Amino acid sequence: MADNPTLQVQVVSPEEILYEGTAEMVVCRTSDGDIAFLPGHMPFLGALGIAKVRVLLPDEDEHVIAVHGGFVEVSNDRVLVLSDVAELPPEIDIPRAEAARQRARAALDLSEHDEEATEALARAELRLEVAGVAESSAAS
Amino acid sequence: MAGGQERILRRRISSVQSTKKITRAMELIAASRIVRAQARVRAAMPYAETITEVVHDLSDAGAGANNPLLNPRPEIRKVALVVIAADRGLCGGYNAFVQRAAEASVREHTRLGRQYGIVAVGRKVESYLRFRDYTIDAAFTGFSEQPSYEDARAVAGRVLGPFLAEQYDLVEVIYTRFVSAGTQEVVVRPLIPIEPDPPAPSAEGSHGDDVSPAYDFEPSPDAILERLLPRYVEARVFAGLLNAAASEHAARQRAMKAATDNADDLIVSLTRVMNRARQDSITTEIMEIVSGAEALRQNPVEQEPDRFLVPADSQELA
Repeated sequence: MADNPTLQVQVVSPEEILYEGTAEMVVCRTSDGDIAFLPGHMPFLGALGIAKVRVLLPDEDEHVIAVHGGFVEVSNDRVLVLSDVAELPPEIDIPRAEAARQRARAALDLSEHDEEATEALARAELRLEVAGVAESSAAS
Repeated sequence: MAGGQERILRRRISSVQSTKKITRAMELIAASRIVRAQARVRAAMPYAETITEVVHDLSDAGAGANNPLLNPRPEIRKVALVVIAADRGLCGGYNAFVQRAAEASVREHTRLGRQYGIVAVGRKVESYLRFRDYTIDAAFTGFSEQPSYEDARAVAGRVLGPFLAEQYDLVEVIYTRFVSAGTQEVVVRPLIPIEPDPPAPSAEGSHGDDVSPAYDFEPSPDAILERLLPRYVEARVFAGLLNAAASEHAARQRAMKAATDNADDLIVSLTRVMNRARQDSITTEIMEIVSGAEALRQNPVEQEPDRFLVPADSQELA
């Protein structure tokens, strides 16, 4: 581990461990902006927004996980993502996310300050983005 | 006469047999669900452990000094009791133990001059406590066997809001902890204000090399804590629900196994009684035939045979 440092990554939801693996870099978005973690990063604790978490694997591949709010803790080259709702691309129901996006947009057209709809739109767009990335990476 | 008793016994045996089929099926269902429920308890552990660890790291960093969820109130006027048990019966003493613990807890708080409100989870507890006129502030039913995180969130939300609005000053949760398939125990745990469990030994180990890591926080520790603590409470409630579900299945499996065994015993003893009754009626019949023949042989000429047989027979039937 000393010659080729890696990060231990775990994404856990209350119901199960969603993802577990080693990575070279983890990128996620906290409430203040994007942040990337490399091995040897100083201990860090942050709140995550509705955004994707990118796990860059040592073999130059990457895993993308849709995280709908949560927390990230980094210490001793261990990255822990705690999230109520997080999805891997294969789990995402694309037609459902598209329908949700339509609904959220319709609600936003009616009133621009509908917080619930804004959040729903963010979730739907995140799902679609992550699912789209998965399709192209699966094709390559 | 004797044949009638035999028929009644036969009917009872078949009724016991069909009851046995039901209890046997319930036993098998419960047994298969224990395994799944246990796996869910285990699957929820990493999240609970990690969130506990994070709460510790945050409070080590000095956050949360003013957070109402962390600090005990000086005066406790009203206590909320979250009582978690089953929606259905047929699980032995499972519900009764939880109800008893809840009643004891109510008595204790009343003795200390506190008010209480019960948040009942499970149809059985709710109807039991309502019938006995306890104050029920809320009731959640319909998910005791397979709780989802959403359910935990609903229950936690029902006590978090009022706690922050100072309607409750203390929240306790009463549930059955699943120790192993053979052992479950009813526990009463404080939920809010939060007293974080000491971090799990494994977490301690990973922190071992640098004693107190100086964390970078984004946003501020207090802001993170404010968002994190409700999740922590939800995770605790969720753990309680999952433990209760696993315990419920274990209790039901045991109760149904006992019922199936009892049905077996009952069938054996009823069959014995029935066989004896049948043997008795056969013996009686033989006796009647033999004594009838005997009577015929002793005075065959005094009376004509057909005139003798008819009244004797009809008398026997009456």
